[in-house]
Amino acid sequence: MNDHFGGVVEAVDVVVVGAGAAGMAGAVALAGLGLQVVLLDEQGSPGGQIYRGITLAPLSRRDLLGAEYAHGNVLAQALASSSVRYEKGAAVWQVTRDHQVSYLRDGRLRTLQAKAVLLATGAMERPFPIPGWTLPGVMSAGAAQILLKSAGLAPTEPVVLAGCGPLLYLLGWQYLRAGVPIKALVDTTRPEDYWRARRHLFAALRAWPYLRKGLELMRSLRSARIPHHTGAEQLAIEGEEAATALTFTVAGKAHRIAARCVLLHQGVVPNIQFSQSLRARHVWDVDQLCFSPVVDPWGELDVPGMFVAGDGAGIGGAQAAALQGELAALGIAQRLGRVNAGQRDERAGPLREQLALNLRIRPFLDALYQPKEANRIPADEVIVCRCEEVTAGDLRKFVALGCAGPNQAKSFGRCGMGPCQGRMCGLTVTEVIAKARGVSAAEVGYYRIRPPIKPITLGELAGE
Amino acid sequence: MRTDPLFQPVMSEVRSTRTVSLSFNDQALEVPAGISVAAALLMSGINRFRATPVSESPRAPYCMMGVCFECLVDIDGVPNRQSCLIEVAEGMRIRSQEGARDLIFQPGDVQTAIEQTVEVQS
Repeated sequence: MNDHFGGVVEAVDVVVVGAGAAGMAGAVALAGLGLQVVLLDEQGSPGGQIYRGITLAPLSRRDLLGAEYAHGNVLAQALASSSVRYEKGAAVWQVTRDHQVSYLRDGRLRTLQAKAVLLATGAMERPFPIPGWTLPGVMSAGAAQILLKSAGLAPTEPVVLAGCGPLLYLLGWQYLRAGVPIKALVDTTRPEDYWRARRHLFAALRAWPYLRKGLELMRSLRSARIPHHTGAEQLAIEGEEAATALTFTVAGKAHRIAARCVLLHQGVVPNIQFSQSLRARHVWDVDQLCFSPVVDPWGELDVPGMFVAGDGAGIGGAQAAALQGELAALGIAQRLGRVNAGQRDERAGPLREQLALNLRIRPFLDALYQPKEANRIPADEVIVCRCEEVTAGDLRKFVALGCAGPNQAKSFGRCGMGPCQGRMCGLTVTEVIAKARGVSAAEVGYYRIRPPIKPITLGELAGE
Repeated sequence: MRTDPLFQPVMSEVRSTRTVSLSFNDQALEVPAGISVAAALLMSGINRFRATPVSESPRAPYCMMGVCFECLVDIDGVPNRQSCLIEVAEGMRIRSQEGARDLIFQPGDVQTAIEQTVEVQS
């Protein structure tokens, strides 16, 4: 059998893309159901972003990061003792609708032909387009957490955390435990956000472990007497060659905090590069303010045999992701004749109960930490597309000239055509254009994503 | 250019006994083994990884998970490597990427090739 480029193809039952919570749990469950599974992952060790470096982190670091992080080791150990063929350092650059998965590993191109594919590519942080966000010294909170998880690194000088969302407070809590000084927590959450979230509080109370953890985080940040500015608006980074300060206003009063390191966060969104490249149906999620692929109860896309599990199908967190991975495995096993529909549904029952329990907290979190419009749809001078340096004002000019959506914005001014292939600007571009046109984000749509999903040279493609 | 490092190991971290030697813009660096190139540069006081092709503005890693492509550097002569996804290795020669990537053939090379072709044909 040959691939689309004439190379040799290896046939396997199932390919799982991504070794985070959903991918590890899904792959192990598939192998347990008697299927031959290849798990491909870009990193050097399993864990994805949430459990990044879990198999390599020294005990002291694992302890510092907390019990939720340490839980990743249970999944990693199950993976290690399973029959799953785990391939690290594998950059998947193409997945086709007929279940071919092409990837680059050790400079060599390989292609697998699967009967079904499980995409477990997780989430990425929502872009935070504010003035100066491209300056060195400004990073996402997730990036700083990855430095802590994978290398035991933290900011040298007192750091400023800005934005909103569980990950931002979790990082603050982890920094406190590590003895890393925090200069300020600049919170964009406002009193009306609590008001909006309150109608979901009852459901959230039934997900008490999550809520308790969140309250603990906030309490520890408060008792550490970290300056906490709530209701922050008009955030901007100062600096010429690198960040020197964060400026913002609270109730109209201007603030300036000098810092070389500013960490931004306003939630995570599904990484939809692969499901988009498959031309699967996506919808605009009005609560999570992002595009999510449409999946059935087993995670199957409207492309037969193509499944999505975990945050890539909508944000639910690590525990929900692992359960979705197991559910997708059952759906795939039934598809491939390893179990019948009755067996599948019976085994799925307890998993669905747990999943529902895990997802109860989401509406509350989504409402409480909904990113502010000003931090999603920025002022004219703010860079939206970091690669090609296209500003929100440029986009608005394109719209005035007749640009209707993200794909046209490419030809108007190279927006989204740099190395990141629109990953960092996609959502912002959709929302800026939608607002300028006075239509919904759903109507504007998203970039048309094409392979290669990861950079690959012509030499590598030619097998040189 | 090196400045005071933006990141350093947290106190509870046991200093790695294994280190690797590499260079950034011909400057020798000694870093812990097993970490990403981006992490190694950040803890070594490298705060600027590249300059953008459009306006030559300074950039450094933003996402550390392979999404933003801000951490692109040249490693052992191969440009556009995502330094947040690549582990450090002994003897790595890393260079910042300044502005637009060079063509494989310099304009001078093209001129020479044309002259040679003209010579062959005449």
